[in-house]
Amino acid sequence: MEPNYKTVMMKPYDKVATALMDIPAGATVEVTCLDKTYTVTLADAIRFGHKFAVVPIAKGEDIVKYGEVIGIATRDIAAGEHVHVHNLEGKRGRGDKVGTAE
Amino acid sequence: MYTIWKENGEEVTKLEPQNKPMFWGYRRADGRVGVRNHVLILPTITCATQAAHQITQLVQGTVSFIHQHGCAQVGGDYEQTFRTYVGMGVNPNVYGVVVLGLGCETHQGWKVADEIAKSGKPVELVSIQDHGGTLMAIAQGAKIAARMVQEASAVMREPFDFSELIVGTECGGSDACSGLSANPAVGVVSDMIVDAGGTAILAETTELIGAEHLLANRAVDEKTAKRVYEVIQQMESRALMMGVDIRTGNPSPGNVEGGLSSLEEKSLGAANKSGSRPLQELIDYAQHPSKKGLVWMDTPGHDIEQLTGMVAGGAQVVLFTSGRGTPTGSPIAPVIKISTNTPMFEKMGDNMDLNAGTVIDGTESIHEVGQRIFDEIASVCSGKLTKSEILKQNDFGIWRIGPTF
Repeated sequence: MEPNYKTVMMKPYDKVATALMDIPAGATVEVTCLDKTYTVTLADAIRFGHKFAVVPIAKGEDIVKYGEVIGIATRDIAAGEHVHVHNLEGKRGRGDKVGTAE
Repeated sequence: MYTIWKENGEEVTKLEPQNKPMFWGYRRADGRVGVRNHVLILPTITCATQAAHQITQLVQGTVSFIHQHGCAQVGGDYEQTFRTYVGMGVNPNVYGVVVLGLGCETHQGWKVADEIAKSGKPVELVSIQDHGGTLMAIAQGAKIAARMVQEASAVMREPFDFSELIVGTECGGSDACSGLSANPAVGVVSDMIVDAGGTAILAETTELIGAEHLLANRAVDEKTAKRVYEVIQQMESRALMMGVDIRTGNPSPGNVEGGLSSLEEKSLGAANKSGSRPLQELIDYAQHPSKKGLVWMDTPGHDIEQLTGMVAGGAQVVLFTSGRGTPTGSPIAPVIKISTNTPMFEKMGDNMDLNAGTVIDGTESIHEVGQRIFDEIASVCSGKLTKSEILKQNDFGIWRIGPTF
């Protein structure tokens, strides 16, 4: 039987959830927020405090956590993949992209 | 709140369940409601802080604080310090004030006393130079304070609803759990306070850089939205003037290691404390809100300076989340300190009042923790002491915005 992995999703329309413990790759986790429940099989090992996608996210799409945009996807991300600096890029405070920020 | 009726010829009193959340506070002459009943010995200058402290040793029921401000200040910096002194005195948690000056300082005690007196509360001025030195000033101040304390002790608490409350929110010593447990729980509380007709203060402008557009979008009018961008820009330019980039390394390697991927993700964790209600106005440091609901006070991220600004702005109680743990408290306002994780709560039980780490543990929801914090506000505002009050953590520090001359 699968261990009960602890995760949290802050808003029902978030695209990522956060691991509340170290979770190995291949684990199947159930993520619930209010009326929304996702069952996700993790493609990567997710450490405590790190995020994984609960839905597929297309390249260039906004990534939503806390019900708000925390950045955009720099490539296609499948549900269950680790979401971090390797596939998420901040949109705010980007001195290198002055004029394109919202 | 209770009903009285005759039963079998006997008068019976029965407590009714409350529809509205309420607390027991002290009504002041200016109409505001305090949750504490302090007599404040207010030193307007560093030189008077030791004498002020001596008075608190002599007279039970008095509070004071040590600081290094009040002289050789000019312009906006003078005004901000002046506003902070007056705000501390006017705060409804204070019954009466003994303003203690030296005599020759730029922040003249009589000016501060005159301004506080407009609130209608008892205020008296003692000056070390005019009263013939430290010992005479202490004696004079202690005599006045002793009289005020007895008067204060005769004031009874009365029931009030949450529309009378201004609740400050703050985070310090954040960790990976801050944005997941304690901050969103405080956000839930912020909404509950606003919905109950009260006021919640969001502050820490520095730690909202990257999340300002979200607050601006929630602003009730164009002017407030514009001010949001202004204060963020001002905060950044202060860093630029010093030749440092405030955003360098933000999120820091430690944040990234902990799972934070972008600056906005980090700021969003802090902005969570503001809940979801509209932003009514953006106020200056130590300024009293002119509206109820959610307001943003322009303060730095420095814990003590932020806390002092919110209390001087009229906050009667403050919610303070921490991941690392902190002893912070105010001389006149209870500070409810909320741990973001259970291990720290257990390790620093001396300092932390509530644990939101239960969200991480999976034993409580954010809304359940929010309700628990809300209930604690009612208890604390009715007289329950917080850890920082018990440990006499009388922190005070003014956000200085100019050099000393």
